[in-house]
Amino acid sequence: MRPSIVKAQPADVEKDASMIKQKEMMAKHYNRLTDAKENGEKVASTFVPGNLNELIMCFDLVNNLPEVNAIQSGLRKQSGAYIMEAERAGHSEDVCTYVKSDLGMMAKGNIGPNGKKLPDPDVLLLSYTGCFTFLKWFELLREQYKCPTIFLQTPYMADGKVTPNMVQYMVKQLKEDVIPTLEQVSGVKFDIDRLREYLAKSAKAEDDLVHILQSGKNKPSPIDAYFGGIYYIGPIFGAFRGTDDAIDYYRFLREEVDQRVLQGLGPVTPDGPMAEEKYRLVVEGPPNYTNFRQFWKMFYEEGATVVASSYTKVGGTYDYGFRHDPDRPLETLAEYCLGVYTNRNLPMRIDMLCDYINEYEADGLLINSIKSCNSFSAGQLLIMREVEKRTGKPAAFIETDLVDPRYFSAANVKNRLESYFQMVEQKRSGSGAAA
Amino acid sequence: MTNPTTAEIVARCQALYEDLYFTTAREWKKAKEGRKVIGYLPVYVPRELIHAAGMLPLGILGGGDNLEVIHGDAYYQSYICRIPRSTIELGVSGRLDFVDGMMFPSICDVIRNLSGMWKMLFPEVYTKYFDVPQTYKDEVGGTFYIGEMREFLEDLEGIAGRKITDEDINNSIVVYNENRQLVNELYRLRAEKPWQAPASEAYLIIRAGLVLPVEEHSVLLRQYIDAAAAETRSIKDNCRVVVTGMFCEQPPLNLIKSLELSGCYVVDDDFMLVSRWLLGDVPSDGDPVYELSQAFLHRSMSTAAKYEPDLAEKGQFLVRSVKETGAEGVIFASTSFCDPALLDRPMLQNVLKAADIPFIAFKYAENSGQMQPIREQAGTFVDSIKLWSAA
Repeated sequence: MRPSIVKAQPADVEKDASMIKQKEMMAKHYNRLTDAKENGEKVASTFVPGNLNELIMCFDLVNNLPEVNAIQSGLRKQSGAYIMEAERAGHSEDVCTYVKSDLGMMAKGNIGPNGKKLPDPDVLLLSYTGCFTFLKWFELLREQYKCPTIFLQTPYMADGKVTPNMVQYMVKQLKEDVIPTLEQVSGVKFDIDRLREYLAKSAKAEDDLVHILQSGKNKPSPIDAYFGGIYYIGPIFGAFRGTDDAIDYYRFLREEVDQRVLQGLGPVTPDGPMAEEKYRLVVEGPPNYTNFRQFWKMFYEEGATVVASSYTKVGGTYDYGFRHDPDRPLETLAEYCLGVYTNRNLPMRIDMLCDYINEYEADGLLINSIKSCNSFSAGQLLIMREVEKRTGKPAAFIETDLVDPRYFSAANVKNRLESYFQMVEQKRSGSGAAA
Repeated sequence: MTNPTTAEIVARCQALYEDLYFTTAREWKKAKEGRKVIGYLPVYVPRELIHAAGMLPLGILGGGDNLEVIHGDAYYQSYICRIPRSTIELGVSGRLDFVDGMMFPSICDVIRNLSGMWKMLFPEVYTKYFDVPQTYKDEVGGTFYIGEMREFLEDLEGIAGRKITDEDINNSIVVYNENRQLVNELYRLRAEKPWQAPASEAYLIIRAGLVLPVEEHSVLLRQYIDAAAAETRSIKDNCRVVVTGMFCEQPPLNLIKSLELSGCYVVDDDFMLVSRWLLGDVPSDGDPVYELSQAFLHRSMSTAAKYEPDLAEKGQFLVRSVKETGAEGVIFASTSFCDPALLDRPMLQNVLKAADIPFIAFKYAENSGQMQPIREQAGTFVDSIKLWSAA
């Protein structure tokens, strides 16, 4: 039987075996990416929400995700310098720091997390899904790379439903713009059966991902669905959806999680397994990456586990039933894009967060409001009030940024979290007294 | 009856601009049983469709510098622009309680999310996020846009309680064509003789069109153009500039006046693009929804909220604007925290650099009060242009 916890590098950080496996997968992908030109492979850059990995693979293209590169720069404490570099070049201090980290990284040689230069993309697949900034980001990259740029517009789910007009529009774009240009760039003829095969593989991994995310309903939760969740979503939101590697990884992870449930164990944190689950939280919004471990520690030191999060739905809302469907290959890609969290209107987001609080029996909602990300942040104060009103559970608000270290104030965040945990305690004792 | 003077027309428009209770729109609604008002935010909505339903399209451009935001700030973090918070203020303070519907065009994530907030805060009001295509092929983006407009028309029919015919829409297209022609005539007058139609006046005249019935606004435009052209006004030694980036949250009127006081003649701008979004007349003798879609896809303005599919064409609208108006420089004036304008700005600046067109940049908010830094910056810009020209 394999060990469930492995000592990893650096020596003081503990990781699940699945985390080690995930890191190896990501490292392998970065090596493929940085060696792409040498190996005669072409590269497509695209985004996590609206990532059409199955389609990209149909053209033998390597998927490069600038958002993930920015996250890697944040985790490696490099993004601050990159952002400053972009601001020196004239980019406003007010705009998205993913964009500035990416542009700053380019200006400083575009060195990836494996220490090698990332290749120039052969095509920019601008999947305009759930985020306005994407549109400008790839216009900015197009200005630099001067490579073909494909625009795929995902209409916004403003009325909480997908209409036939939306799906038809996306399918037409796929047929008339996206696929012909990818054929042209790659020199590979589109084979719809190949796409079906990848989609079927996606659905398999998606089943396991949902099982893993929903394991947060157990008490204690065997996973942290926010900090740990970042690891779990990496492969399927990135370059592995539709691959055998993804199927293997999610099966492996599922077994690991099931094992922890059987043993009544909580999540594994960088300082070892959680001793006691004192608070069960739902978190809305992306995390901070520049101080990721420090941020996580503020939770697990207090015995707080995140049992469900909205951020783990930015690359697909599989727990609401969506699966890639090989029988409707283009329509399913359209519906996938339409359904991602940031393409959902505010009432839908509120419903989802209330469902999580109720179904995962959480103590309350915590919103991490990100300065960079209006797609998430605009409206979060109303979300907070509404969720509190509907569930009767306390909600709290903290402010950080994705990859800009200037906007992570550890003392402020810690203070607010401590106050929040006190609120949860008071609410509990109040309920007890009332009962 | 004599034509009103420019001063009288401007005074009337200034009163409309300052009226945050939208009294004229309220009175229009009250004047006849069953009348409806549909509010809309920047940048563009096809007002012809609302007009064809017998309704009043009402432009909501935030609260400006006269509105005290009491409740609105509680809905937004400090790093989000001001227009959504002042728009919420207008809503929760009852200033929009006569509005039957609100349209939120696809311009950025803040306005997009505001549409969902409006649904939550004002469930009794028809709320429409108006998605427009960012791809411009007839059979792709065009078909989608036609579908979106038809869905919107169905909604309007539900609110109006009657069918909206093609004839209704074609009649409205004629009315808006005339209005657009007049708006463009005013812009031409200002570009040719900016001393005759100063930007601060032209701004108020165009802005009145967002709250008045279009027919009434066209009369007002005609009156102002005739009166302004006939008046004798002194020419100043000002520098001709194009201002860009003000397409959503509007500048305080004092900001426009400050630019003029610091030596600028504003000869082109992107203040209220809805007034001249469509370039040229929309044919009024065919399928009106198709014709509106064609105009949007192939004959509409460029702005930061719109995707430019052709790299070579990126930013060229600004270069053309400078050439056509004889401008000597460009001022990038963007709202703080405005993603579209601020992300676009470096690309546009690169295009201007390549075309050897000078520019400066600053940020503002609709309630900016301190104009001295802007005056100094603009004044220095003007001086430097004049020095370069002399050399």
